[in-house]
Amino acid sequence: MTDTTEVGDPMLHVEHLDVTFPGRGWRAEPFRALRDVSIDIAPGECLGLVGESGSGKTTLGRAILGLVPASGGKVEFDGRRLDGMPRQERRRLSSEIQVVFQDPYTSLNPSLSIGDILAEPLTASGVSRRDARARVGGLLDAVNLPSDAASRLPREFSGGQRQRVAIARALALRPKLIVCDEPVSALDLSTQARVLDLFIELQERTGVAYLFVSHDLQVVRHISHRVAVMYHGEIVETGPGNQVTSAPDHPYTQKLLLAAPVPDPAEQARRRQARHQLAGGR
Amino acid sequence: MSENENVVPVAGGTPPATTGPKAGRGVVGRMARNPLAVAAVVVLVAVVGVSIAAPLLTPFGPNEVIAGLARRPPGAGHPFGGDGAGRDVLSRLLFAGRLTLTGAVVTVVVAMLIGIPSGLLAGYHGKWFDSVSSWFANILIAIPGMVLLLAFIAAAGPQTVPVMAVFGVLLSPGFFRLVRAAVQSVRGELYVDAARIAGLSDARIISRHVVSVVRGPIVIQAAISAGAAVLIQTGLQFLGLGEQGKPSWGQMLSDAFTNIYSAPYLVFYPGLTIAITVAALALFGNALRDALQDRPVRRRRRVDRARAGAASDTTRDVSNASAEAARGPAGEEPLLSVRGLTITYPGDTGDRAVVRGVDLTVDRAQVVGIVGESGSGKTQSAFAVLGLLPTEARIAAGSIRFDGSELSSLDRKARGALRGRRIAYIPQEPMSNLDPSFTIGYQLTEPMRVALGISRAAARNRALELLGTVGITDPLRTFHSYPHQISGGMAQRVLIAGAISCDPELLIADEPTTALDVTVQAEILDLLRGLQRDRGMALLLVTHNFGVVADICDRVVVMQDGRVVEENDVTTVFAAPGHDYTRMLLDAMLDDTSPRPPLVSTTAGRN
Repeated sequence: MTDTTEVGDPMLHVEHLDVTFPGRGWRAEPFRALRDVSIDIAPGECLGLVGESGSGKTTLGRAILGLVPASGGKVEFDGRRLDGMPRQERRRLSSEIQVVFQDPYTSLNPSLSIGDILAEPLTASGVSRRDARARVGGLLDAVNLPSDAASRLPREFSGGQRQRVAIARALALRPKLIVCDEPVSALDLSTQARVLDLFIELQERTGVAYLFVSHDLQVVRHISHRVAVMYHGEIVETGPGNQVTSAPDHPYTQKLLLAAPVPDPAEQARRRQARHQLAGGR
Repeated sequence: MSENENVVPVAGGTPPATTGPKAGRGVVGRMARNPLAVAAVVVLVAVVGVSIAAPLLTPFGPNEVIAGLARRPPGAGHPFGGDGAGRDVLSRLLFAGRLTLTGAVVTVVVAMLIGIPSGLLAGYHGKWFDSVSSWFANILIAIPGMVLLLAFIAAAGPQTVPVMAVFGVLLSPGFFRLVRAAVQSVRGELYVDAARIAGLSDARIISRHVVSVVRGPIVIQAAISAGAAVLIQTGLQFLGLGEQGKPSWGQMLSDAFTNIYSAPYLVFYPGLTIAITVAALALFGNALRDALQDRPVRRRRRVDRARAGAASDTTRDVSNASAEAARGPAGEEPLLSVRGLTITYPGDTGDRAVVRGVDLTVDRAQVVGIVGESGSGKTQSAFAVLGLLPTEARIAAGSIRFDGSELSSLDRKARGALRGRRIAYIPQEPMSNLDPSFTIGYQLTEPMRVALGISRAAARNRALELLGTVGITDPLRTFHSYPHQISGGMAQRVLIAGAISCDPELLIADEPTTALDVTVQAEILDLLRGLQRDRGMALLLVTHNFGVVADICDRVVVMQDGRVVEENDVTTVFAAPGHDYTRMLLDAMLDDTSPRPPLVSTTAGRN
């Protein structure tokens, strides 16, 4: 368990990535959402990405997915440049990079049945309708949903179950990388733990890699092999999960760690003290 | 015609399941239960059928002049009588329907052909096409329709199809705007992003995810446009600008007016036909809109009340007994005492209880946390104390006593007077609780002037002082800011400032930090703790986060499925949880789990 973070060649390689959004209004300053971001993800690895709202962590995920254009730097996947790739070509890559969004309520089309939602990426990639239907059962099974779920509508399911459907949809094309954008933050505590365990189990079984975006250091600590911390559009710290989430180097990560309340009144009082000291000593 | 499409949103050969088609059956089912909708559909079908079958229904040609029939009243062989020129009114009426319907169809088809594709494109792709097409749509709307039609007829003649096609162009902005707005709202949905990432082409995303959303509104717009087309067409015909040689409703009306003194009844037939047809189209559109809105009407209110009376009688004894038990050892009454609270909502199969027999006690200057997962009834219980439950919710049993007086027996006005003076509230979403069109200062001072009866200047000074108290560094600047100019954490500070402006004895906070970042959450909790301590305020905190509870609460109430499963000191709950559910929740916290070890090559090798 020494320095094992270098596991072969990275599958996803992001180098000096910049993303800029045009400012709102006449001659407004453009907004730099990402500045000089570099990350690597190896096959089968989970990279946790922590940051607060507005830090750019979701933008990084969307840039990798091709939903926002890069204004500088490069994104490489399996040796191919993703940034600036034409949409036609990018679509063919859809089987390799998939996504699970935060909100399980708006990420599933309310008027389509679960079976249709899961079959959609398959039929889009050229699988016949019949084969797609047959694979839906297996997908539901993989995320521990009953197979009769296929004929039902999203609104008949709870948030946790919907998120399982979204995970199944991401798995449908057997991708190599799934971008998980806050996939458990809309869920209840007990559901959250179960869905996280499902993510880990699926990773160990299929060898898929995750970019796991979350604002919650504890969630990221639970699931990530390595953790990157984002602040104001920049990565301020990257390292093994254990080290970043228990003995961080960067003051911002330290602040983040101490700010998360723990379920122990005495320990929480100590942490509060430590946080006040950190704030005072700055 | 197209209402059938709305019935089956679950397309694509889904095997019918017991619960599956519920969504689809709804629209037609609700239409069928609406008598006006049924009547409208019957009338429309009848008008279309009769117009098509006109030659079979009447032996007379529409332009056939029958000797001696001029202005003859209704009688044998000619049920509607004859018109001014001696033609059979019934056969003219039937044949005229063809022209009117053709015109209406031409108008609607042209409007849809122009409006829908351009709306889809403008809404989905946006950019330059959106600007250009919106500009054209606005110009079309600005053109006075009747004037353009008259000019067109003067230039190109009164042929029905081209004239109504021009009218269709004039109506196309209606479809364009409708579709564009619907598509724009769908385009931002995550499931459209997900479809894009799943590799679907744009055409497929539009046909599968976007069209299903605009289908209903398009049918409604089509019905309304058809009504407008019938009216404008008959109007032109009435003015004598209709197609010559063909019978039309407007022309019949015009003919009737020339004979108004000799045969006044002639006005009725075309007049009634036009009115009924247009009304049927409008009613059909309205009924479809109502059906699509998916709002079942509550009809059981009276029964509810009767049942409520019975229920509360039986539970009253119990709640009295527990109220006695709730008194502290000193016999002093707590600030807030909730006993046996039961809240029900009307459901499909009778009333559904979301809170069942909840007991809750908050002493002065005490911080009590209600913890539970979504659906546990924690927010409902807090809202019942505030008196802010939705109208369909009903307190079926129990008592809520605040400082010795029973809240549920107070009328709305007395309840309102209590809120914001002695009981204050902090919401979960700070941003949605501030009105974007007023400054922070206005939103802080207005309630103060009403609640405390102070002058504008005094309220302003107090607001600035409070903004300082809640840790805002530049109170004056925030005072003059609009909500969109401040961050979520600042907005929550502003709301806290508003909540404490009247020195409340009890502050109810519903997940006050859930929407905030952890670092901001820590600051807000520090602020709440400080304010609570300095002012000796009681705090009832609704949360799902045990960390927040550990940070600030003295006592904890754990709720599950509308019931209190455990209530105890904060230290006891964390050190020795008494209920399995509490233990399960605490175990689900990820704090003490071991972090995932770094990836070693064996795991990666499996790929």
